[in-house]
Amino acid sequence: MSKITYQNGIKSFSCPIPITDYKNILLAHGSGGKLTNDLIRKVFLPQFRNNYLEALHDGAILPSLDGRQLTVSTDSFVVDPIFFPGGDIGSLAVHGTLNDIAMCGAQPLYLTVGFIIEEGLPMEDLWQIILSMEEAASAAGVQIVTGDTKVVDRGKCDRIFINTTGIGAVLPNIIIGAGQIQPDDQIIVSGDIARHGIAIMSVREGLEFESIIKSDSAALNGLVDTMIQSGEIHALRDPTRGGVSSALNELAEASGLGFVLQEESIPVHEQVRAACEILGLDPIYVANEGKLLAFVKSKDSERILKAMHQHPQGREAKIIGEVTRDHPGMVILNSRIGGTRVVDMLTGEQLPRIC
Amino acid sequence: MKYLDEYRDPEASQKYIDLIHKTISREWTIMEICGGQTHAIVKYGIDHLLPDKLTFVHGPGCPVCVTSQEIIDKAIAIAQEPDVIFTSFGDMMRVPGTQKDLLMVKSEGADVRMVYSPLDAVNLAIKHPNKEVVFFAVGFETTAPANAMAVNKAHISGVRNFSILSSHVLVPPAMEMILSSAENQVQGFLAAGHVCSVMGYNEYIPMAQRYKVPIVVTGFEPLDILQGTYMTIKQLEEGRYEVENQYARAVKREGNIPSQNLIRTIFQVTDRNWRGMGVIPASGLEIRPGYELYDAEKKFNVRDVEPVTNSECIAGVILRGRKKPTECPAFGKKCTPEHPLGAPMVSSEGACAAYYHYGNYRIKKDKRITEDLANE
Repeated sequence: MSKITYQNGIKSFSCPIPITDYKNILLAHGSGGKLTNDLIRKVFLPQFRNNYLEALHDGAILPSLDGRQLTVSTDSFVVDPIFFPGGDIGSLAVHGTLNDIAMCGAQPLYLTVGFIIEEGLPMEDLWQIILSMEEAASAAGVQIVTGDTKVVDRGKCDRIFINTTGIGAVLPNIIIGAGQIQPDDQIIVSGDIARHGIAIMSVREGLEFESIIKSDSAALNGLVDTMIQSGEIHALRDPTRGGVSSALNELAEASGLGFVLQEESIPVHEQVRAACEILGLDPIYVANEGKLLAFVKSKDSERILKAMHQHPQGREAKIIGEVTRDHPGMVILNSRIGGTRVVDMLTGEQLPRIC
Repeated sequence: MKYLDEYRDPEASQKYIDLIHKTISREWTIMEICGGQTHAIVKYGIDHLLPDKLTFVHGPGCPVCVTSQEIIDKAIAIAQEPDVIFTSFGDMMRVPGTQKDLLMVKSEGADVRMVYSPLDAVNLAIKHPNKEVVFFAVGFETTAPANAMAVNKAHISGVRNFSILSSHVLVPPAMEMILSSAENQVQGFLAAGHVCSVMGYNEYIPMAQRYKVPIVVTGFEPLDILQGTYMTIKQLEEGRYEVENQYARAVKREGNIPSQNLIRTIFQVTDRNWRGMGVIPASGLEIRPGYELYDAEKKFNVRDVEPVTNSECIAGVILRGRKKPTECPAFGKKCTPEHPLGAPMVSSEGACAAYYHYGNYRIKKDKRITEDLANE
């Protein structure tokens, strides 16, 4: 195995053997010829190894799911920087897509991956990204079953872009969606917010804090399993780009109901809050990559919360608000000092290329 | 968070809310100068917690909002010159000029970059000796020292490919203009704490006496604003008109002398055209003779373009405190943060953006939605 070290909170692997004869990615690595074949056999296959991928077919032939409904979701990842504290573009590309599957109340099973690589990307960087994709996928119990690689001229993309598509099987007897949200439902957030966006921003702007702010990038399917077993869940959403406020606004609009939040109960870690103050950002608009918002039946809420607290991804879960028939389509927040304001959708970009 | 949570404390806030309710006996109108204060008022819902007798009008203290369209057009013209890297704070990027905004010019291929400090722009100039790096120096007295320092740094280190486009404005002349207007309604001011941290508050003393208005130097956290409001109301009720300092943890009477000296070294006072308010004598800062090399207006021979302002935007009336954003017919309809007709809808300190973003116009004081919204 390769050696893992940490530098400024950014994971770094060193390659145990010279993985290929080339130190950097060449255009020819995407040509479909000998070098592409080398890349697949020496870099991708040994890490992602499974029966479906090993067939090296044009597509993966997957087993039947015994009548369970399928969920499919796709997402592209262009984050800059590609390595950041708490993760990298590889782990993010796995977590991001499988979380979208989990938010449909489904168990993520398979991933496909498409790489668009800029000519000149160090092989070492690609290797690190592949390793962390593999680590993230196997930890979440999903397999990478087919893929594609393209290499473009220098300057035509920024180092590496990754697309992943996930396939999942909907959990039996589960209906989760905005349409299921009921008045009096409690709104739970699975932990502290705004960490991913601030981690990326700190690296990009060279901000230094007493300790390094790490992205919260993580797989949420295990947490969702736990929650579903402990009570009635009506809707789930992972508040990624646009943060908690955008996710809640979308759901308020889709459900035709109103939400009321208590500012004081929204968990934000001290350093993240400090960074937000410095940068003039509101944490409820900042991206998360390992958090979920759950709308749960009021009488089940304490039980679900307790179960969440037992799970590594839900230790800091909190009830942050509730659903009301008043002010349909609007999210209202009771401020720390007792005033009230509307929480609107984010307009424009707060931070560029965070995922 | 130390030094911040104390100023957002619910109990202390309630104490001042109660004091204001007890003290106020008649209708008063006070103006908070700074856009940062406007945002705190709506963000924390302070306006919903205070008596109906008190009206806040929102002042001109949003540097982006008061930057004239001519200067924005000039910035856009300079950004389009070959071999220019045009740098600016993020806020200015989406403020509409006559034809375009800076983001549009960027999408067409101009090298426009967002920076967090003018010193970053100087460093860019050092890194790109074959390019001309221009920094859009907007702001009040608060940002002037940093911009002066950037020019000074370029001067000392012999960086010749750096310049600033100055649209610096000064607060006291604008306050004087509001007070001397026949239509003025403002009876007291929350002066801008950060401006005073640089300039001190000596210059407000004759103004308070001449116009018989209380002026309270005020900070930006909810408790600051509540305390500053209480101090202003108390003066009004007692018939006093003095300059008081609520923001003593940051502001000294004489201000920050080294910063003032730096400003005076690089800049000199000039007349300035304020968006929506017109030309105010001696209300701006321009680069002093001797430093012309760093003056983008002199370096680039960009001719004045006759600006066509949008007649539907009532930014001027709002910046003078004559109307509230919600009284504008275009507010939230034709004019939104995605499609702003004027700067106050763009800037993070703009009054229109604050009203729109925090949506308080959509909630009544009893926290229910206004009827017209329910009927939509």
